[in-house]
Amino acid sequence: MLKKRVIPLLLLRDGRVVKGINFQDYRDVGNPRTAVKIYSAQDADELVFIDTQGSKASRDYLVEILREAANECFIPLTAGGGIQSLTDARQLLMAGADKVIITSGAIEVPSLISQIAGHFGSQSVIACIEYRGFGNSAKVTYQNGSKSIDLDLIDYAIQLEQEGAGEIMLNSIEKDGLMSGYDINLAKQIVGSVSVPVIVSGGAGNFMHIFDLFRESDAAGAVCASLFHFGDNTPIRARSYLKNLNIQCRTLK
Amino acid sequence: MIGVLNYGVGNLASVYNALDSLGHEVEIFDDQKSMNKYSHLILPGVGSFVAGMNLLSKGQLIPEIKSFAESGRPLLGICLGMQLLLDSSNEHGLTSGIGLIGGKVVRFPNGNGLKVPHIGWNSLCNIVKHPILHSIKSSVDMYFVHSYYCLPDEKNSVIAYCDYGLEFPAVIAKNNIVGVQFHPEKSQPAGLKLLNNFAAWDGQC
Repeated sequence: MLKKRVIPLLLLRDGRVVKGINFQDYRDVGNPRTAVKIYSAQDADELVFIDTQGSKASRDYLVEILREAANECFIPLTAGGGIQSLTDARQLLMAGADKVIITSGAIEVPSLISQIAGHFGSQSVIACIEYRGFGNSAKVTYQNGSKSIDLDLIDYAIQLEQEGAGEIMLNSIEKDGLMSGYDINLAKQIVGSVSVPVIVSGGAGNFMHIFDLFRESDAAGAVCASLFHFGDNTPIRARSYLKNLNIQCRTLK
Repeated sequence: MIGVLNYGVGNLASVYNALDSLGHEVEIFDDQKSMNKYSHLILPGVGSFVAGMNLLSKGQLIPEIKSFAESGRPLLGICLGMQLLLDSSNEHGLTSGIGLIGGKVVRFPNGNGLKVPHIGWNSLCNIVKHPILHSIKSSVDMYFVHSYYCLPDEKNSVIAYCDYGLEFPAVIAKNNIVGVQFHPEKSQPAGLKLLNNFAAWDGQC
């Protein structure tokens, strides 16, 4: 049986791991190299790296961190932030990413997802839907929430799947960093509308929030940042908590 | 020395890094002429079957892979590399494979409520005793990411299955040739154990 994934997210800014609230007010939460070592030792199911700046220097740094991560942790690695071309995607995949995440690029560059899927396979592309608001009034945004586009979220998710995304990540700006639980209603709707796996980001503040997501929706993975940055929570403890509540999680040995 | 064939698909560094971290001598190579010098050959790969076969043909690698297989030395196909070992795939129309193991590659059916691609951690079942699976327990999860799976003609070439709505072959073997649908290089301790088993294997069953 396929297991539910608990996925730590590392947001990178000026060579550090940071965490914000509602995509703003980033706080320094540590050194990326240390974080990679720790998450690897704590048996994360997968790691996601996102460059929040999208500059030449920040991309180079992301590539460097990916290379090092691929050298020492033997789990799936996902990377993104500012990918606008097949060349950008290739650079990250060659540095050690197994998958790339595309957010703004999916809106700004027509056919970007299909190009990457065509070259590297659908399994290598995660399309991220960033949005503000809830329910029917939720708006698709991009460029870290600074721009919005008039698209129905469900239609957009279906469109991303048709373009070749192998996975969809939902990212709620309004839930981001608040640690008050995931936007489960929207997760349910999107999971029910596409045939590719959906992972959900934004809002995990304790293990119960992850449990609620998996109990109430058929999401494939729970992306967590603040939960692991602040406090002594680890992926190992998250899995053992979930297993106790009969959520199927990975067995390592 | 283990040779990891670079024929232009995806991320080979992880396979190299995993074997290197286990202390094995390993090289990534792309020149068909040097294939013969390796004791073990790994055919990695992600992406589409058609693209994979086109790249192998372009590099004139298929005869070399076949002759390596005939020499009796251990050959391991990972993910797409496993699928390429079979006769054909129906991904984007019917495409011929290398044909070292009889059988075809098919897509997971849609509409049974399961998401495709099959992405994530899943365990093995119905494990048959084989050197490559030595001391690997059926409870342990491996990392899978694929939309297609192998259907060998001979049932007894399947040495482990995985359950995703239906039981599909997760590990296949024929003489000195093995294929794994998951990514051992991304499957932490259990995956590394499998790579270790492969490196220690002489190709005999």
